[in-house]
Amino acid sequence: MLKELLEKYEKKEDLLLEILLECQVVKSDHFISKDDIKEIADYLSIPESKVCSVLSFYTFFSDKPRGKYIIQVCKDIPCYISSDVNVLNIIEKELGIRVNETTSNKQFTLEYTSCLGCCEAGPVMRINDKIYTHLTADKIKAILSEYRVYM
Amino acid sequence: MNMVNLTINNVKVSVKEDTSILQAAKQYSMNIPTLCYYEDLNIKSDCRVCVVEIDGKKGLTSACSTPVREGMVVNTNSPRVLNARKTIVELILSNHDTNCTTCVKNMKCELQSLARNLGIDENRFPSVFEKCDIDDNNPAIVRNPNLCIKCGRCVDVCNNVQGTSVLAILGRGHETRVSAVFDEDLNDDFCTFCGQCASVCPVGAITEKDDTDLVWHALTDPKKHVIVQVAPAVRVSLGEEVNQAIGTIVTGKMVTAMKILGFDQVFDTDFTADLTIIEEGNELIQRVTNGGILPMMTSCCPGWISYAEQRYPDILDHISSCKSPQQMFGALAKSYYPQKAGLDPKDVFVVSVMPCTAKKYEAKREEMSVDENSPDIDVVLTTRELGKMIKQMGINFENLKETPFDSPFGITTGAAAIFGATGGVMEAAIRTVYEVVNKKPLESLDFKELRGLEGIKEAEVNLGGSMVKVAVAHTLSMAKVLCDQVREGTSPYAFIEIMTCPGGCIGGGGQPYGTTNKVRQERIDSTYRLDASMTLRKSHENPEVIALYKDFLKEPLGELSHHLLHTHYSDRKNK
Ligand code: SF4
Ligand code: SF4
Ligand code: SF4
Ligand code: FES
Ligand code: FES
Repeated sequence: MLKELLEKYEKKEDLLLEILLECQVVKSDHFISKDDIKEIADYLSIPESKVCSVLSFYTFFSDKPRGKYIIQVCKDIPCYISSDVNVLNIIEKELGIRVNETTSNKQFTLEYTSCLGCCEAGPVMRINDKIYTHLTADKIKAILSEYRVYM
Repeated sequence: MNMVNLTINNVKVSVKEDTSILQAAKQYSMNIPTLCYYEDLNIKSDCRVCVVEIDGKKGLTSACSTPVREGMVVNTNSPRVLNARKTIVELILSNHDTNCTTCVKNMKCELQSLARNLGIDENRFPSVFEKCDIDDNNPAIVRNPNLCIKCGRCVDVCNNVQGTSVLAILGRGHETRVSAVFDEDLNDDFCTFCGQCASVCPVGAITEKDDTDLVWHALTDPKKHVIVQVAPAVRVSLGEEVNQAIGTIVTGKMVTAMKILGFDQVFDTDFTADLTIIEEGNELIQRVTNGGILPMMTSCCPGWISYAEQRYPDILDHISSCKSPQQMFGALAKSYYPQKAGLDPKDVFVVSVMPCTAKKYEAKREEMSVDENSPDIDVVLTTRELGKMIKQMGINFENLKETPFDSPFGITTGAAAIFGATGGVMEAAIRTVYEVVNKKPLESLDFKELRGLEGIKEAEVNLGGSMVKVAVAHTLSMAKVLCDQVREGTSPYAFIEIMTCPGGCIGGGGQPYGTTNKVRQERIDSTYRLDASMTLRKSHENPEVIALYKDFLKEPLGELSHHLLHTHYSDRKNK
């Protein structure tokens, strides 16, 4: 599958980011595996370590299988300072997982992210593409239960 | 070249254009502290420890990456500069395992000196240090991320000098870390254990695996007969570990020091370097005359062997089947030597002192064992580790008398002495092969075109009436150029020497810290001085080697040689 995806792209190093983005969307577990990295590096004739570097630089990429909903909690300084609630702690308790883990029903993955660009509205988290601001304990619980309904 | 005039700390200076502020200050005896900067490597300018104040400029400027300009007025130590530097270093220390006394780099650490020079006696920032796992799951290199300050030097060496791209900067922001690909532990699938990363690390985050305790243990075991061999490149560098000038030749004192440490016999790897030339030279002659696979490539360097096994498994047939001098010594030490000395091979404990971290790995390879139960070489120490043992013993090196190496592995030649420098193995081989094939003495023994720090060097030699081309490469990124030619079948050479480390083994990953091209050149110069000063300068004239064939091995490439002195390689890519 990756092979077909790759063949659409020119063998140019500049295209690495786009390839990784498409690869992650298309794959069922929404992550880029070691084998994928090897194949992509090989295709572009660049070192595997280069792909790893790029991959790990952006928080929206993952090298581990992830759940359907990816919750990312901002941990940059502005959010950290603006919050009296420990966002991460609340979610961890609610879902029974720790950061960088996925719930056993593969619904939620909990991760950290760096600044999401909404610092004035902190604390902030993102679930897939949607950003939630001004978080409080109650708000977090309400948001999570919404997603649970969709499960 | 145009000169540029400027003022640094009220001193009027004049330097060549394109000089950095850092270099300009250094030329006038003013050292600006650095962390990420390393001579000969790319300038990364991320640590900002080298900041200076330039009149008329608002912010502070990093001295390592900024060229001088006419009329510039620079202050390298203003209160603003000092405060910025101090803050940077304090922040680094707040996320660092600051247990200096238990760190291998204690008293040799650049971060430690920096903190001391800046007068940091108290850290204004609370510690945010979180311990993570240490990678010491290979025989050669230990990576301790708890000490890493993310200067990027190792990544630069591994990617740009060696082209091995094992190390990378992963993550970002607070999560930034330096790690191997896939965050895996270093292993022989992708790392060559060349140790060049360890050689440039300013702190103790990458070092060799310390095996000195194993040696102390053996030395105090009355049942063990402990012998040691010392590689050619160690005698021109060990001095740096014991406060001697760079490039000092310390052979005789080094032998004395090792006797004091308690080794029963001190032997010279130069002896098996001579032996390597006899075996390898004959292999080359055989390949040339019998239409064998050419070019033949040298096999002395285990870093190169790993690289070939990992990335060029299709050209392994080109590599000489000779073991490295270290392993030839090991095989003899566990067969010929106990027989001659009337010892049980089981009681002989063999130590090597090498400029090299990859040799630690080589000694642990399965094939490197004549009796299949225990390795031929029990422990490999680096030059730095030998320096450490000398200090532990409290030896006053400077005042030592000189002692010659012990027999039967003590007489050596100039050809073996130059093994430590890039081009040396090739030059030594030519001295022998030329005389064996042409049956007449070489007019000049010096092949100057094969010496020095040029990446790839070439020469032509007349062998039996036809001109044969040879080439020498050091660093794996240069090796790649020659390997690609071999792979494509376009290599014009008959014989190729490859050494992993810049400058050859004198620049090995186990050599004293602070190895730069200037230091390499000094060690190389001493190496050739040593060669020129020797009575015997050709391997085939070594009387002890001749006696070894007569008594024991019988003939080059003979049955016993094959069993003891030759080996094979395996494909690590498609396993
Ligand atoms: S030992 Fe050599 S190949 Fe391995 S990580 Fe260090 S520099 Fe890279
Ligand atoms: S391991 Fe050493 S050389 Fe590499 S980034 Fe860390 S501190 Fe720098
Ligand atoms: S060049 Fe010498 S020091 Fe470097 S890896 Fe090879 S054998 Fe070891
Ligand atoms: S710091 Fe959290 S959104 Fe910017
Ligand atoms: S030494 Fe200049 S920025 Fe690091």
